[in-house]
Amino acid sequence: MSYPENLKYTKDHEWAELVSDTQIRVGITDHAQNSLGDIVFLELPKEGRDLKAQETFGVVESIKAVSDLYSPVSGKVIRTNSDLVAEPGKINLAPHQEWMLILESPDAKAQFSDLMSAASYADFVKSL
Amino acid sequence: MNALKRTPLYEEHRSLNARLIDFGGWELPVQYSGLSQEHQAVRTACGIFDVSHMGEFFVEGAGALDFVNAVTTNDASTLSIHQAQYSAFCNEAGGIVDDLVVYRLGDQRFFLVVNAANIEKDFAHLQSVHDSFPSPKPVFSNRSMEFGQIAIQGPLAAGILQTLTPTGLDTIPTYWCAEGVVAGVSTIIARTGYTGEDGFELYVPAAESTKVWRALLEAGSPQGLLPCGLGARDTLRLEMKYSLYGHELGDDTSPLETGLGWITKLGKSGPFVGKEALQSLKERGPARALVGISGLGRGIPRQGYPVYTSDQSREIGVITSGTQSPSLKRAIGIAFVEKPYEKIGTRLSVKIREDFHEFEVCKTPFVTPGRK
Repeated sequence: MSYPENLKYTKDHEWAELVSDTQIRVGITDHAQNSLGDIVFLELPKEGRDLKAQETFGVVESIKAVSDLYSPVSGKVIRTNSDLVAEPGKINLAPHQEWMLILESPDAKAQFSDLMSAASYADFVKSL
Repeated sequence: MNALKRTPLYEEHRSLNARLIDFGGWELPVQYSGLSQEHQAVRTACGIFDVSHMGEFFVEGAGALDFVNAVTTNDASTLSIHQAQYSAFCNEAGGIVDDLVVYRLGDQRFFLVVNAANIEKDFAHLQSVHDSFPSPKPVFSNRSMEFGQIAIQGPLAAGILQTLTPTGLDTIPTYWCAEGVVAGVSTIIARTGYTGEDGFELYVPAAESTKVWRALLEAGSPQGLLPCGLGARDTLRLEMKYSLYGHELGDDTSPLETGLGWITKLGKSGPFVGKEALQSLKERGPARALVGISGLGRGIPRQGYPVYTSDQSREIGVITSGTQSPSLKRAIGIAFVEKPYEKIGTRLSVKIREDFHEFEVCKTPFVTPGRK
């Protein structure tokens, strides 16, 4: 699996996508979904919540495992993907498309640029 | 740190691209193609599992039956040759040292299959009983490293296995075994398992495990047989509400409170380790019971989560195992609850992280397997 160049990544295996200068979409990486296996449960925060970078924002569960989700950047949750909560198994099929939430922050662009590139993240995963 | 132990089938798992994990000091496959897929293969067709990590003890010679009966809760004297029974070793306090399957291979020859994580503890426990055991003392030995074990489970298991052995599998009823040959390898063919489906557990010489494993894969693959990992093994047993040592069973839990009264034969002839404590617990009546619970919402219960009354006013138990059932597509769990909350239909609240989720005590097994 290749990691899309337009996304940035964290060591907690989340990805971020800059959708505008102030908004970032967040999901989990292919490596994360593959480690978890069949995903059956997703819990996301309420819209309006302020998250700090690396703060726990929710939980994803496979049949076998429970894993916390960590925010890649600081910002306010302005939207959550309720369709994905209803059908969390879609994450296994398209991890880099299935976003979980959208965060808004005035310095989203700067925060985004500080995250790991696709190449760095791929190297990081190889080192695990 | 000690290196992880590997079964004789380790290289097979590597070549099948299994995901390997540390399971009680053993490097074992948790899944191959995917947990749900493997689970469904066993429920609808067939799956094979490497369970070579499990322990094998022999008790042989004069005094063997008496010794087995002195260390287990079930009554081995009722076994015919080649018959098997589920049983437990207890400590003096009536807690479960381990659960096991006892196979009677001869009049005074018994084969005991125990949990991998407990092999050393079990052996020391048996040794201490053996030390003070009156004559004639049988010989007992830990032969775990000499055996590989492959489980073949599912509605198509018998048909697939039959193509590899001259032993008539129709002549082996559930919980019986035969000593035969599978794919040219001497095998104890036991009609036992841990999935609820029809199937067999094959005890083979460690060095020849690969030959049997490959033959099963080759014979079964056209019919949908899949190699299955510990992940599917766990969800399959959970759907049957079969206990797992370290979850439902432990040194501080009694067979009488875990629904294993049926393997606790207080009336059998002669004493056994734990009998007095179990007798006294039976007279008092256990304060808690092990129940199956089914989720009314989406939250998944996991081991250690606290269980409350439905109004959330009081903690009354704890989850021992839980998952999203691959067959039922809903949350199921096993829990210890105080009496009288064990009654079917009782509503309970399980605290999952910060929130309470509604569950109901339900009939078990959770699924009805398609066995003969």
